Amino acid sequence: MAHREEQARRHGAERVVVVGHGMAGTRFVQELRARDRERRFDVTVIGAEPDAAYNRVLLSSVLAGKLTPTDVEMVPSAWYAAEDVDLRLGVAVEHIDRKRQRILTDQGEYIGYDHLVLATGSRAWVPPIEGAVDGDELDRDVAVFRTLQDCRAIMDRVDRGADEAAGGIRRVVVLGGGLLGLEAARGLAGRGVEVEVVHAVDRLMERQLDAEAGRVLAGTLRSLGVQVRLEAQVRAYDEVAGQRVVVLDDGTRIAADLLIVACGVRPNTGLARAAKLAVERGVVVNERMTSVSDPRIHAIGECAQYDGQVYGLVAPAWEQAGVLADTLTGGGSVYSGSRLVTRLKAQDIDLAAMGETDVDDVAEGSVAGVARNGARAADRVEVLRFADPIRGTYQKLVIRNDRVTGAIMLGGAETVGTVTQLFDRVALAPADRRALIFPGIADAGLNTAPADLADDDLVCRCNTVTAGQIRHACADGAGTVAEVAMCTRATTGCGGCRDDVVGIVAAATSADRTAGDGDGADDALSVPDRPDDVDANLVEVPA
Amino acid sequence: MQGIYRSGNMTDVDGKSAAHTIANMAAETPVVDARLQNGAVETHCAYCALQCGMSLTVDGGESSVEVAPLDFPTNRGGLCQKGWTSADLLRSPRRLTSPMIRDSRSEPFREVSWDVALDVVADGIRSTQAKHGNDAVAVFGGGGLTNEKAYQLGKFARVALRTSNIDYNGRYCMSSAAAASNRAFGIDRGLPFPLPDLAESGAVLVMGGNVAETMPPFMQHLNAVRDAGGDVIVADPRRTATADQATLHLQLMPGTDLALALGLLHIVVADGHVDRDYITSRTTGFDDVWRVATQWWPERVERVTGVPVAAQRATVRALATGRAGRGAVVLTARGAEQHSKGTDTVTALINLSLALGLPGRPHSGYGCITGQGNGQGGREHGQKADQLPGYRKIDDPAARAHVAGVWGVPPETLPGPGRSAFELIESLGTEHGPRSLLVHGSNLVVSSPRSHRVADRLAALDQLVVCDLFMSETAALADVVLPVTQWAEEDGTMTNLEGRVIRRRAAVQPPPGVRTELEVMADLAARLGRADGFSADPRVVFDELRRASAGGVADYSGITWERIDSEDGVFWPCPSEDAPGRSRLFTDGMFPTPDGRARLVAVDHRAIAEEVDTDYPVYLTTGRILQHYQSGAQTRRVPALTDAAAEPYVDIHPDLAARHGMANGDLVRIVSRRGDAVGKARLTTAIRADTVFMPFHWGGEQAINRVTNAALDPTSKMPEFKVCAVQLERVDSQPAMEPSGAVVAGQA
Repeated sequence: MAHREEQARRHGAERVVVVGHGMAGTRFVQELRARDRERRFDVTVIGAEPDAAYNRVLLSSVLAGKLTPTDVEMVPSAWYAAEDVDLRLGVAVEHIDRKRQRILTDQGEYIGYDHLVLATGSRAWVPPIEGAVDGDELDRDVAVFRTLQDCRAIMDRVDRGADEAAGGIRRVVVLGGGLLGLEAARGLAGRGVEVEVVHAVDRLMERQLDAEAGRVLAGTLRSLGVQVRLEAQVRAYDEVAGQRVVVLDDGTRIAADLLIVACGVRPNTGLARAAKLAVERGVVVNERMTSVSDPRIHAIGECAQYDGQVYGLVAPAWEQAGVLADTLTGGGSVYSGSRLVTRLKAQDIDLAAMGETDVDDVAEGSVAGVARNGARAADRVEVLRFADPIRGTYQKLVIRNDRVTGAIMLGGAETVGTVTQLFDRVALAPADRRALIFPGIADAGLNTAPADLADDDLVCRCNTVTAGQIRHACADGAGTVAEVAMCTRATTGCGGCRDDVVGIVAAATSADRTAGDGDGADDALSVPDRPDDVDANLVEVPA
Repeated sequence: MQGIYRSGNMTDVDGKSAAHTIANMAAETPVVDARLQNGAVETHCAYCALQCGMSLTVDGGESSVEVAPLDFPTNRGGLCQKGWTSADLLRSPRRLTSPMIRDSRSEPFREVSWDVALDVVADGIRSTQAKHGNDAVAVFGGGGLTNEKAYQLGKFARVALRTSNIDYNGRYCMSSAAAASNRAFGIDRGLPFPLPDLAESGAVLVMGGNVAETMPPFMQHLNAVRDAGGDVIVADPRRTATADQATLHLQLMPGTDLALALGLLHIVVADGHVDRDYITSRTTGFDDVWRVATQWWPERVERVTGVPVAAQRATVRALATGRAGRGAVVLTARGAEQHSKGTDTVTALINLSLALGLPGRPHSGYGCITGQGNGQGGREHGQKADQLPGYRKIDDPAARAHVAGVWGVPPETLPGPGRSAFELIESLGTEHGPRSLLVHGSNLVVSSPRSHRVADRLAALDQLVVCDLFMSETAALADVVLPVTQWAEEDGTMTNLEGRVIRRRAAVQPPPGVRTELEVMADLAARLGRADGFSADPRVVFDELRRASAGGVADYSGITWERIDSEDGVFWPCPSEDAPGRSRLFTDGMFPTPDGRARLVAVDHRAIAEEVDTDYPVYLTTGRILQHYQSGAQTRRVPALTDAAAEPYVDIHPDLAARHGMANGDLVRIVSRRGDAVGKARLTTAIRADTVFMPFHWGGEQAINRVTNAALDPTSKMPEFKVCAVQLERVDSQPAMEPSGAVVAGQA
């Protein structure tokens, strides 16, 4: 390494050391090299996990058996070699020496930096449950669901099936009804494992959902074979007659060959704290993703805190990675926080949640927020809801001052893409609010029966023929579609308007006969008024 | 029945009846099978790449030409309004019938003899080249020219002018799909099978295509898929007439087709639909492609594109179901291609089709819906800056040697690659750019992005020569205008969207004073000292094209006019007169690449060139409408078509209109950083509330290409016609808009 440092100095290259090889760190290196084709930066990446960079977002798909661990690899080692990036896997950083601008690895090696990027992510938090943890050690029947290794370990247990001697599992309790816990639970249920979710509070995904959505979601999960137990506190993870059981506060026992803990994560900030950087929940950074304590140190992803927020999703991490790459290469972008959209990735459950969702119906006057002192005008808040719990559908939109500021879209809402983009872009909501829940509602009722089309309604698009022109042709003697086609060319393009023309002709000829015979009612009845009833021979068109 | 049709629509500008023989045309005459029956000439439509079969019957004094549809495989007896009225142009009072020149552009044109006009052009070429070198004369061609004209134009540029600067408006059409197809398959033929195969398929994904508007009889094939219980999925920011008839519409945000394609591939893998055997035995590059697609999980794609995860999954399910049954097809058109990342978007969709194992399967594969009449043939035989006949590369020594041999010139005298269309236009009249330009079959002032800049570039030329039927917007800026024949006045061949080479047949005599472009080239070549090698006989030119293309990717050597007549067209490649052309590609499992495998190429999504912001907060997308074709140079001179669609409209969502205080029918000015255009507001919920649409067929202040963005695709050099950032203004007083077609400024 000494050699490497010398070389770097010789070329005047700036040394960038990235601690963390997860979603944020990997993305940052790619973004940096994309802006650094001359390789002005000498880049070292240190990853504690031994695996090549993989896509953590897809671990639930791996657990569900839809993708293999190989499938979720993101950047091959060859890329690092080709891009001249020094990648150290399975190496941990023990210490940051800010004074000497170097870090110390657990291999005893010092690596100097001009820019240090902390992308250390976060780790699963495991509550102190008797029988589940012993100090920092997890019991052998307890797993977290955080890394590819965690994922492999769980799958390994599942694959061994019900053979308990081999450590196999039949029943799993997932502790935690948040996003990750539910994805794990759904994935395992899909693999034929009995799964129960035990959740401490009164609704699932309480940070994203309101009570009603939580109920509908629980119903959907149950229909997919995932049991849900709310407001349940776990006291211990015991063993009774050779069977592992989860023991709740009220004494209830739930058999569980494996306990998966998904109770949230804690940012990995130990290194930063020890280095006396400003750390609150995460490493405090400014809008250029630079530590407020040290201009040579940066943080991105789940270990970073910007404007009081620590983001636990990948979209902000990637946004931050781009901003930091700009910061180092002289680009101008700044980070101004991210809008969060949570999307549950679980087969047969379609759930998106974003922004403020736990806003209740506002009393008339629809005013919410603090506006007593006249410091700002009162917000106008609207809440829209559509619920069909039996079919697993629940949609809720919170609109504040004409913009979508929160939404829950559960159960395959067709408008989910539209709503997400309106939320993301802080765009004005449609004037017809129903369009946010029922797509195409503005156009409903436009399917006029052919006979009722107005004279200037276009019938044959290919030849610009209106209903009026067809009626005109009929009035002049055309009595079949073929004759109408001769006079107007209607139906002679793509043929798609044939049914409409049939209908108009039928209605027109019916009217003619009615008028002509003076014996209207009976004759009119004898004339088919539905296209299907018209003799196929009548609708033959030349060519 | 004649009396029944009373609509005033069919009255010509001068008030007299257009002698439309509608009643005769639609009479219950059966489809004509012979080439000539009762004096009817069997040919194909004047306009798009569907090249609908039609017969033209000329009455005694040629005062009326009757159009009737034929049961050709592409149109199956259908014609749209453009086709039905195509013969109206033959008798248009606005037709140019005499060469015209002027000494400066501030003067009106004056009619001169052909000899005088051609001398002026030849003198101009000689003096420009003497002063500034051979490359100072440039040629701009078109995708509507016959194969013979396109081929001869390329040869004329390289042999008579010896300039590297020749390109064509196809750069604005198929170039992205062409680049991607060549990269993946080693061949670029729009469709890999005859169009009726599409109707036999079980699922079709159309990315950015609106055939119900652009080539209506095509809809028969799509609707057949739907009516047989299959799926037709249309991705388009607008709920177009095509999307309306689909089983699923993906209303994506403009410029996000590539993200959608990556997301679909992701689902193909995640849901277990990859054809692993196919990937292993017939392709290369899958692993790298997947590593990008792995980062485009459906939920992320939903956020970028606005297409719900469920709809993405439904799309993949439909394609997989189709594949398991009758077949599955992925099609692209300009909506996906006319972007600064168009080549990569098409590549991603080809990757999708390869991951599913579609190319080579029955009723399956990837296809590009070619737009211009001879968009296919026009890109094969040398009017592209980097190309020689037979789809050969101009920088390939073997290709140069072969073509030079056919042309009887030393290979080293052939110029190298020249500038692509937009780059060529940008360079006109600049220090190192061309100073003289010959335009054939193109109205670039209307069809190019930042079109008012194009007018500036043309104004900077020493000499602009335009061959056209009418005083188009571009011709109106010229120094010399040469009146040339059109469609039903000439013989030749076209290659339609299927890759089927078909015959265009003369039905009427051209008006006196009009010459064919082959004659123009022959006459000019002779004046430039190249009397030999430039025949004005299209059949002679075609035979030479066959030799020049022999051994190339687009090999026409086995195709003869006689075979075309007897076989309802012949597909290329066709290297032997004794074997049929290859109507279906890749069926033997081989691809014309060096290793015989298709190449998956890793591409990633990127943002559009110009995002919306607070100053320009609305997306603009552009396209065509049924009644008009390309720059409207022809269709805006057909009264029936202008009656139906006289001026451009702006599709705008009622919410967006309300925010601007606009009502239906208000004049809207669309303003970008480059320019502005005006159209009439048409309120519709069929468009996203963040996007407006305006068709591009008009000139002057109605030309939306004054607004579009010239950001180019790095590979194909395709401009980003399909999305840019604009602001909207209501125009309160009627501006002085030119009446449609009144573009004869300067005409004597």
